[in-house]
Amino acid sequence: MYVAVKGGERAIENAHAWLDDARRGDRDVPDLGLAQIREQLALAVDRVMAEGSLHDPDLAALALKQARGDVIEAVFLIRAFRTTLPRFGASLPVDTSQMQILRRISATYKDAPGGQVLGPTFDYTHRLLDFDLAQAPDVPPAPEIKAEPADTPHILSHLGAEGLMQGEGPGGPEVPDLTRTPLEFPAERALRLQALARGDEGFLLSLAYSTQRGYGRNHAFVGELRIGHLRVSAHLPELGFEIEFAEILLTECESVNQFQGSKTEPAQFTRGYGLVFGQSERKAISMALVDRALRARELGEDMDGAPAQDEEFVLSHCDNIQSSGFLEHIKLPHYVDFQAELELIRKLRRDAAARQAAE
Amino acid sequence: MTDYNFAYLDEATKRMLRRAILKAVAIPGYQVPFSSREMPMPYGWGTGGVQVTAACLVPEDTLKVIDQGADDTTNAVSIRNFFARVARVTTTEATAEASVIQTRHRIPERPLTDGQILVFQVPIPEPLRFLEPRETETRTMHALEDYGLMQVRLYEDIARHGEIARAYAYPVRVEGRYIMDPSPIPKFDNPKLDRSPALHLFGAGREGRIYALPPHTRVESLDFEDYPFTASKAAGQRCAICGAEDSYLDEVITDDAGGRMFVCSDTDYCATRVAAQAEDAA
Amino acid sequence: MTPLLKVEGLGKFYGRHLGCADISFTLWPGEVMGIVGESGSGKSTLLNCLAGHMPPDTGRVMFDTRDQGLRDTLEMSEPERRWLARTDWAFVHQNPRDGLRMNVSAGGNVGDRLMAVGARHYGDIRRQASDWLGRVEIDAGRIDERPRAFSGGMQQRLQIARNLVTGPRLVFMDEPTGGLDVSVQARLLDLLRGLVRHFGLSAVIVTHDLAVVRLLADRLMVMKDGHVVEEGLTDQVLDDPQDAYTQLLVSSVLQV
Repeated sequence: MYVAVKGGERAIENAHAWLDDARRGDRDVPDLGLAQIREQLALAVDRVMAEGSLHDPDLAALALKQARGDVIEAVFLIRAFRTTLPRFGASLPVDTSQMQILRRISATYKDAPGGQVLGPTFDYTHRLLDFDLAQAPDVPPAPEIKAEPADTPHILSHLGAEGLMQGEGPGGPEVPDLTRTPLEFPAERALRLQALARGDEGFLLSLAYSTQRGYGRNHAFVGELRIGHLRVSAHLPELGFEIEFAEILLTECESVNQFQGSKTEPAQFTRGYGLVFGQSERKAISMALVDRALRARELGEDMDGAPAQDEEFVLSHCDNIQSSGFLEHIKLPHYVDFQAELELIRKLRRDAAARQAAE
Repeated sequence: MTDYNFAYLDEATKRMLRRAILKAVAIPGYQVPFSSREMPMPYGWGTGGVQVTAACLVPEDTLKVIDQGADDTTNAVSIRNFFARVARVTTTEATAEASVIQTRHRIPERPLTDGQILVFQVPIPEPLRFLEPRETETRTMHALEDYGLMQVRLYEDIARHGEIARAYAYPVRVEGRYIMDPSPIPKFDNPKLDRSPALHLFGAGREGRIYALPPHTRVESLDFEDYPFTASKAAGQRCAICGAEDSYLDEVITDDAGGRMFVCSDTDYCATRVAAQAEDAA
Repeated sequence: MTPLLKVEGLGKFYGRHLGCADISFTLWPGEVMGIVGESGSGKSTLLNCLAGHMPPDTGRVMFDTRDQGLRDTLEMSEPERRWLARTDWAFVHQNPRDGLRMNVSAGGNVGDRLMAVGARHYGDIRRQASDWLGRVEIDAGRIDERPRAFSGGMQQRLQIARNLVTGPRLVFMDEPTGGLDVSVQARLLDLLRGLVRHFGLSAVIVTHDLAVVRLLADRLMVMKDGHVVEEGLTDQVLDDPQDAYTQLLVSSVLQV
């Protein structure tokens, strides 16, 4: 006689044991240290921090190790950890013009106060496999010069001073928090930017690319891209003054887009904005383009059904923890629903056959 | 596991969830938005149900978790273990003994009683979603009771198939007001919702919605007067293990020559009947 | 007698650009009002403001509701306005695609409004749908086909059936014969005239086609640059136009 499948519990335990074993792999190969991941796979760590929306390189490295290098799985681990942390308050807004620059480029001006700094970029490397890297070579330190302490004001602020760049207006009195209040539409820009900042890099890249190819086109230049360190501080009411509590790496992109003007406003440039944890310029540029595309309604631009202009579409689908969870849930058992469908199909076929026979 | 609060979520989050649940109970069938948390299991795997259960549990509770009607399917085991770890509540497989039951895709065969809470895991809470993808539109449709389109779909089913071709997640109308998705339970289970003495709570984690049926709520499956709703299941079959004819049956393929058998999807119901039969025989 | 529709001082601007202004008229039960003018004259803006598709900047649109008599529809709540739109009002779009559900069968399209107001008997809904398909000269055998499979003229007739099935007290029509071949137009006009006579319909019809209003409208308003330049009984306006623009409009048609 048939006995219903039992032993789900043991199956799960065994699967987890196998996972642990497979993660470790060949024991003759040294175990991977978190410092190695943090230092040598830094861009993967940055992506996990950005999409996990938690700035902690050591935790991100741990998540990457635990996830066997699966970045979305690592982001998931970080998010599930982050959600259990108490929220004490919000930091003061960071002033990115005070950034200690690692990299700063502009596609709109050849030079500007503060200069252009290429920094540690893949740009202009020839994408040839470097077989020497396989041999763990000694890498000499990069040449250094002592930087003159200089202000690096935002390049777009020069346009702003001329009145050619649309101002952004003051923010609301309260910082909205996507993780504490349900997302409702229409969403204000601050909330949209928050969603994009933790959104999936691949999804935003594709959307940004689609705007360049004409689906919600608004021609964009990279007005400025800057990567660097910034100190974060908070105002503590108990102390009555500000304290600095962290230094973080950020990538910021401001795009310059055309705007034809409207009834009330003369023609001027408008801005798309991207700000991401870590060194992640592909994400920051994508975010800026998508942010600008989502402003189409506010700017009275043509809305021709392009996905990147559709706030509900973008915000409902940009989170890779939501999308991968729902996508993968279809591998869970659906015996009951499937059985119901099976019965329905059989019945419909029976009825149809009976009707045919009657005719 | 002492690093986490009772039932995993912090108290502030539970308070937020309980507010949403109370609002949902006050407006039966209405989808209350809530700020869903990332849970340690993936979205789509019961995070909504888990959050609702976490908000309801007290240390004295006895918890049962089923998936597809069974206590021993992998995801049911996983969620039950989760709560056993983070809430240290007693767990059970017996429907009658449970004070809180979390379920995916089924309602237990044994009628629920006063005081029991049934928590559903919901993938897509919006019954109008497949007619209209936009949340802003569907919320307006609910607000204005603009449900003609839903009925048009059912009309189309009859025109094409001779009957309403919906086997599960069959839409219901709650207290004559909101149209509600009962989650992907087979329509066989729909009548169990009507005027049930138990509290039914529905949690959709990814979509951030909670809705509820307070005890004794009127729940009608949508239909036409001349094409009334029927709660169908495998025709003319009985459970191969306990012989039940009144329960929802899973089909199991037994060989590669077209052999198949039917067994109760509700494992507790089946086991209880088998035990009673053994007792009678003794 | 209470007027069915009473419009007072209606105006709509698009920014600084004028849509229409100072529109006032009264429609009596059983009356068909034609609004003519060239494109850009403001007639479609006016119609959309009347039908609640677009909020006007000034004025009132009073409708004789069943239970409370004359009420300003602009002051109504959204649920009240929507209820009106699917019960006592009907709107026939120029493009049938805007007024039909293209992925729903012809029967479902006609049954839609019946179900929206609570019909729950499949057999009755289907009988009424079938009956109305007959009235607009669509073969009842095609009741389960989707409008995609229909010609432009059939789609337009289906849209009319879908609108009239609940017996609306006021029908708005936006260029109902626009975009159709001349022979198809003639057949549709003939059908519309029959329906208007048979049901004693009250309607506001916007068109640039004087033949349409000649056949259907009791009274006429001529619009130019957002203003009404002339109004009166249809025959009077068309046969003895007073305003210079109306004279031009009428003569240009006669030349064709």
